[in-house]
Formats: sequence, structure tokens, C-alpha cells
Amino acid sequence: MRHLLSINDLTPSDAIGILDTATELARINDGQVKKLPTLRGRTIVNLFAEDSTRTRISFEAAAKRLSADVINFSAKGSSLSKGESLKDTAQTLQAMGADAVVIRHSASGAAQRLADLEWMSGSVINAGDGTHEHPSQALLDAFTIRKHLGKGASGLKGLRIAIVGDILHSRVARSNVLLLSMLGADVVLVAPPTLLPVGVESWPATISYDFDSVIPNVDAIMMLRVQQERMSDLFFPNSREYSRYFGLNSERMSAMAKHAIVMHPGPMNRGLEIAADVADSARSVIVEQVTNGVNVRMAILYVLLAGGPLEVGSN
Amino acid sequence: MSAQRFLLKDGKVLGVASSDLLISNGRIEAISPSISDETATVIDLKGSVVLPGLVDLHTHLREPGREDSETVASASRAGAKGGFTALSAMANTSPVADTAGVVEQVYRLGQEAGLVDVFPIGAVTQGLKGEQLSEIGAMADSVARVRVFSDDGNCVFDPLVMRRALEYIKKFDGVIAQHAQEPRLTVGSQMNEGIISSQLGLKGWPAIAEEAIIARDVLLADHVQSRLHICHVTTAGGVEIIRWAKARGIQVTAEVTPHHLLLTDDLASSYDPVFKVNPPLRTEHDVTALREALADGTIDIVATDHAPHTSETKDCEWAEASFGMIGLETALSIVAKTMVDNGLLDWAGVAQRMSITPAAIGRYSNHGQQLVVGSPAHITVINPTKSWVVDCDLVLSKSRNTPFHGYELPGLVTHTFFDGRATMIDSKVIDKVV
Amino acid sequence: MSVALSAQDISRALTRISHEILEKNHGSSEITVLGIPTRGAHLAARIAAIMSSIEGKEIAHGTLDITLYRDDLRLRAPRAIMPTSIPPIGIQGRDVILIDDVLYSGRTIRAALDALGEVGRPRTVQLAVLVDRGHRQLPIRADFVGKNLPTSEKQSVKVSLTEIDGVDEVVIEGVAN
Repeated sequence: MRHLLSINDLTPSDAIGILDTATELARINDGQVKKLPTLRGRTIVNLFAEDSTRTRISFEAAAKRLSADVINFSAKGSSLSKGESLKDTAQTLQAMGADAVVIRHSASGAAQRLADLEWMSGSVINAGDGTHEHPSQALLDAFTIRKHLGKGASGLKGLRIAIVGDILHSRVARSNVLLLSMLGADVVLVAPPTLLPVGVESWPATISYDFDSVIPNVDAIMMLRVQQERMSDLFFPNSREYSRYFGLNSERMSAMAKHAIVMHPGPMNRGLEIAADVADSARSVIVEQVTNGVNVRMAILYVLLAGGPLEVGSN
Repeated sequence: MSAQRFLLKDGKVLGVASSDLLISNGRIEAISPSISDETATVIDLKGSVVLPGLVDLHTHLREPGREDSETVASASRAGAKGGFTALSAMANTSPVADTAGVVEQVYRLGQEAGLVDVFPIGAVTQGLKGEQLSEIGAMADSVARVRVFSDDGNCVFDPLVMRRALEYIKKFDGVIAQHAQEPRLTVGSQMNEGIISSQLGLKGWPAIAEEAIIARDVLLADHVQSRLHICHVTTAGGVEIIRWAKARGIQVTAEVTPHHLLLTDDLASSYDPVFKVNPPLRTEHDVTALREALADGTIDIVATDHAPHTSETKDCEWAEASFGMIGLETALSIVAKTMVDNGLLDWAGVAQRMSITPAAIGRYSNHGQQLVVGSPAHITVINPTKSWVVDCDLVLSKSRNTPFHGYELPGLVTHTFFDGRATMIDSKVIDKVV
Repeated sequence: MSVALSAQDISRALTRISHEILEKNHGSSEITVLGIPTRGAHLAARIAAIMSSIEGKEIAHGTLDITLYRDDLRLRAPRAIMPTSIPPIGIQGRDVILIDDVLYSGRTIRAALDALGEVGRPRTVQLAVLVDRGHRQLPIRADFVGKNLPTSEKQSVKVSLTEIDGVDEVVIEGVAN
């Protein structure tokens, strides 16, 4: 496997392999070892054309724990913001000898363009492209779910997961639907009709407009961030009405199954899609998702970069 | 005007019967099973089909203003290569062709290049803004004799403006060619709205944004009794509305592009912007409906919507890229592949849809005539037995944005005659001798 | 193909090694036994059990995966990472006994030394292997050896253990020349 652009690049055994590797790395990180020599001498570039602090830091921490050198290239103040094209930026980074590029970009498909056009020879890791996909987020979400609820061979078979919020614009939702269904979980998407894409009936998930009817029957609820701008684009009348129907407040939380967990990819709009006390409750694994993110990203970097160039394609 | 004489031997006129054609002084001098003429240049067309010169009612020649992507001269060469003898130049140049001055400039550039007749299309509204009518009369009376008016690139979205425009052009025997795209439903749209767009995370361009405008405009055309032409129809729903309108006797004509007869939206999955076009590629269901409509006459003509773009506007991420595909050099082969080889059209039908009817709509009296003695010698020759592979590095257009790079296409256009003069022999374009 | 060690040979070797380790280290109180997965881990568990029955008390033991420290990662597809489990008493200042099934080039042990270095600072590191087949590429040697098996580089040594392979035996495959 040379690139990780989409969950579709993974077979189920690839995905489980990454989760298993992350599990082992988590154990190592919990212990005394904070740095591994595995990727010493490799250069990983974080090409973040779209603002993001947490994902970039997560990849940076993952790379450094494997002893790779990290170069950060972010949009603000860079030549990208002055109109340099993605192609020219990529070729510059290539000339600097990047073994891998972790790219976040506001245009769907940007990661694939970077990989397909071969402007660079290293591995391309999609850290979020427009509204298309965010594979490492889905992997860390699956890792988190498995850790708390895991059963069966993949750890996720038969689990029921609700993803709630702005599905239409969510790359996290797209990657999660693909990965969770691939690993045998049942996914239900909960959103107002305006925030579900045309064509969503073809996705491997069920749909519901009624959050309350879904809550008692799921093992995990993944809340998605809702942007304020969606109001002015006529997706829903105002935040009050959105929260009333689709917000996870304490009352709804108390209707959850005893073992069920609350997740959120962050950053949260406390009070809009998720109440502050729900976010801070014992059911919430939101902070743990961040830690898991580093371990999962270490696993991704290991699987993509540690091996040699002889094996192109799946393990 | 041309002193050249050509004797075209054994070609199948309209794909039917083998015949010899003698061309002299810009006209067809004789057609009969066996002609001999010592003074004429003999060209052997055994196995080939002879058609009246192709007429394109929808191209973007980019001059004035975007000469880095195409000029009237380079587009003329690309047109000759594709078998065209007349090109209609859309008005979305810079400056916009909304005055007699600009259309006359474009017209003269076409004359200078001398490979095809360039018929400028005039903008419906000033600056393509959709607010005030442009100087339609002045453009109609100019040397360019504009009869087709279009804001293509933009939709004339305001129903009152569209009504007034349809009424006004009646004085000038004009036709409004509408780019049907309801702007409020397509803000930021990148590709067809459907299953593929939901997976790719690209904003959708719903079919109803085209259908709603077509429905409104055929009713308007009926109400004011004026001529309406729908550019680049792409939806099965749009086809149904046009069929209904024609059954009622409404004066509406419609065009389809070659790429919409073949390509579908799943090609966007590679995120390669060579497939990014407005209106977008749609589904297999739409492609089938468009082919049937072209066959039964609901869609009257094929027009390329030839849209050249420089490589930096296509060599980037999808959302950044320009919309459009070039098409002059591949058009006839694509029609051969999608319509003739499928048995949906014969060559006489192709001649109707790619020469006779486009010329009639645009009122290009010198073009689209039957191949009979005395007609102007605008002739296209295609050899259906030869196939060829599209190479974007070998196109004559200044831009390389063809979606068909690497495709093997049936039918090689070998000869083009414009006004009795050979503009292409053996697939090599011959520039005008000054 | 020839059987170099039978099940009984293996059992005797492990018993002898266990005694040797206890003898050299004057008992078990400062010892931490770490097996290198996969088969080294199982051998370590057996050796710890044997030592435990000799001494009459628990022996600190665990596993040490060295995949992330290998120097040959780039030559093949990425390998799965095996479990690393250091016993609670740790390795700091203690005598670590590394256990592996076959000692060959020595690179695995070199990686194990690096891995140990990240965990802490043992007083000594000693190495016990079931089979030493020669052809060292690094200056590494075993302190306790089950059997020395001279082989050529064209041959391969295959260790089977009941816990994984259903049978205990060591087999040499291929011909010497």
C-alpha cells in the first residue's frame, strides 16, 4: 500500500491490521518507551492547506515518536496562500526529499490529485480533503469503539453506531460509513433532510430524521460539528431548532443504553450539537479519541513507510 | 473565387451511393457516377463518406481576451481538422460580444484565417449580466449579420429579461440560444448531483436546474411566438420537456454535445478535471435518452461547445479547475461511434444534424445545403473504415483539454473543402495561402 | 531434511539451560526473563516455569517484541507488531535473560538490545537460545545454548513448538552445498 487516500484503499484485513498495530503501539506508549527508531531518517511533510491544529499536531506527534523528521507547511503565510498552485508546492516539497506527505486541503480530491499526478514520489496520506474523506479519523474512531465495545473478529461486528449531524458536508461521516460498514457494524445516519446528500440511499447505512427513536438502540453516538454558516445557506432555520431536534443534551444522554459511548471528532460547538455536560460526562470518550489518534496515526505511518518499495499493493 | 478544381472520385455521398464530385470555382460543378476531367486534381475517396461541410452552432473561440487558450485562427485550424466549414463563436469573450464592434472584429478574424466561416453569436444582455438587453439590432445589421444570440456561460435567468429578449429578436429573425442553468440551484456546483457526487464530496448540479429553465422558456417561447434554442441539453427530463413542446408546435430547437452522447459522471471519480464541464456529465440513463432524442429529432443538432482551457486551469484540484472540454477535432468520430455504429443514425441523418439543420437555425444561407450541382462546395469527407487514437499532444487547438485522450475512435476525417478550397487533405490541414 | 532435535532433546536442553542460568546468576532474585516473539516468547515461558519449579518461587518474565527496532524493515512488507510485555518489576538494574529460538546473523539480538535500552538500564543482558546455527554478521554471542548446529547459508532451520505448531522439534531443511 503506497497511499492512504480513502477508506476504499483498505481491505478489511488492512484495516484490522492498522487497528491491531495501533493497539500494540498504545501499549508501548503507555509504558516507558516514548520514542521508537523505526522511521529514523525519513522526512514527513505536513502539507496543511486548510487550517487545523489538532490533526496536524496529532500527525506530527505520531511521526516524531517514530523518530521521523517533520516539516510543517501550513496555509497561512505560506506561498500557497499567495496563489502558488498545489502542483508547484508539491514539486518544491519533492525537491526537498519528502518520503511522505500528509495533506489536508479544502478541495475534495486534492490528495488523490497529488498521488495520481506523481508530482511527488513519496506516500500521500489524506488528512482530510474538502468534504470527501478523512481516513485516519475513521480509523481512530473505529479503534476507540473497538476498545470500549469490541467483540467478534474485527471487534465491530454487529455493533450499532449512530452518526448525527451535517452528513452532507462531512468527510468524517463518509470515511466512517465506509469503514464501520466494512468491519461489520450497522450505521444509522441521523440528520435533517437538508443535510443528507442526494444519493445517500446508496450508502451502506440507514437513515433517520428522528434522533430520539435511534438513541436507545445504538452502542455509540458520534456527534458531528455543525457550522454556523449552514444557517445562512438555508439548511435549517436557526441553532435553537437544530439543537432541539438533533442536539445531544443530558436528557437524550440519559436515554442511551448503559454501555453506550459518546464520540465527537472535534472541535465541538458546545451547546449547539452537544451539551457541555454531555461532552464532559463519563460516557464521553472525546478526549481519549485524541490520544487514540496519535497511536492510530503512528500505525498508519508504520504500515505505509516502514516497509520497502518491493511491495506495492495490499499486504 | 477559388481557381482550384477538384475531382473527388468514388466517395459515397451521404453514405448512400458511390459517386464522383467535381468542384470548381467554389461550387459543385457536377455529380455523377463517373466523371473525368483532365484539369482537376483527382482525390480517391473509395470507401469514404461525403457529407456537406459541418456547421458548429456552439464554440468558444476565446478571442478577444483569452488568446492564451485559443484564437480564431487556431480554432479555425482545429475546425478544419474536424471537418467543419462554419463555426459559431459564443459571446463570452473579453470584452463580451455585445456590440457591433466586437462581433465585426471576430468576423474579420475568421475571414483572415480563411479556413472556415466564423459566425459570431451576440450576447443577449450587456456584459452577460442578465439585466439589460445588448445592442441586438446593431449586431444583426453589422457585417457579421448576427442571428443567434446567447449569454452562454451564463443563463438568462430573469424571466422578464428572457421574455423581452424573445420578443425583441422577432424583428431581426433571431433566435435566443439559452444556457439552461437555474443559478440559485447551482451555486458552487462541481458535477452532476447524484450517487457519485455524494461519494466524492463534490457539490452537485441537479438535473432540475436545467429542466426548470427549459420548461419555463418553452412556455415563454410559445407565449410570445418566438424562436428558442436550448444549448447542450444533458438530461432525460429536459428531453421529455422539449418533446412535449415540439408536439405542441412550439418553435424550440435543441442541441447535444458529442461528450454528452458518450461520457458519464462516474468519470469524475478520478478527480481529473479534464472531465469537469458545464453542464456536467450525467448518468447512463441520460446518455440513452439523449441518443434516442437525437435519433428521433427531438434534439435537432450536435454542437461541440468546444471550450479550450490552458493547462494550469486543468492541472490542479477539481474545485479550482475551469469547466470545459475541447471537441472540434473529435466530434464527427464520436457521433460515428455513438450514433452511426449503433444503428441509430445513418450518414444522411448525420448530415442533417451536423450541417443542414445547424445552418438553418443560424440562418447561415451559404452553408448546410444539399450536395447538388450548384451548391457551395463546403464538403466533409470521413473514412468510416479507419480508426484513430486521440492524442492530446497532437491536437491543433491551442489547448489540450480533451476527455478522449487515449480513446480509439472510429472514422477518420480525411478531407475538408471550404468554399471549393481544400482546407484539409489526407488529414493534414492546409493553411490559407496569403 | 533432517531432524536435529527431537521433542525429548528440546526438553532436556531447556532444563539444562534453566539450571545454567540459575547457576551463573546465583539464583533468580535479580533475573528478568524476556522472550522474543514469536517462538522465543513461548520458550521463555517454559524456561521461567522450569526455573520456578526449581527455585520454588515465581520468576519475573515477559516478552520483548523487536519489530520496530529491526534494521531490515525496508527490505520487505511491513511486519505485524507482536506484543511487548515487561513484568512489573521491570529491568532496571536487573539481569535480563533474552530468550530466542535461533541465533543466526545476530541482528535480531542487536535490535533487542536497542529495544531494551528504551525501556531502561539492566545490570547485565544475557542471551539464551535453543539453537545457534553460526554465520554471525555482528559481534553477538549467546551465553546459553541448547544446541550448536553448523549449517550452510543455503539451509534453513525450522523450529516447531507445541504451543504453535502442535509438535516440538527442530529440523534442518536443504542441503549443505
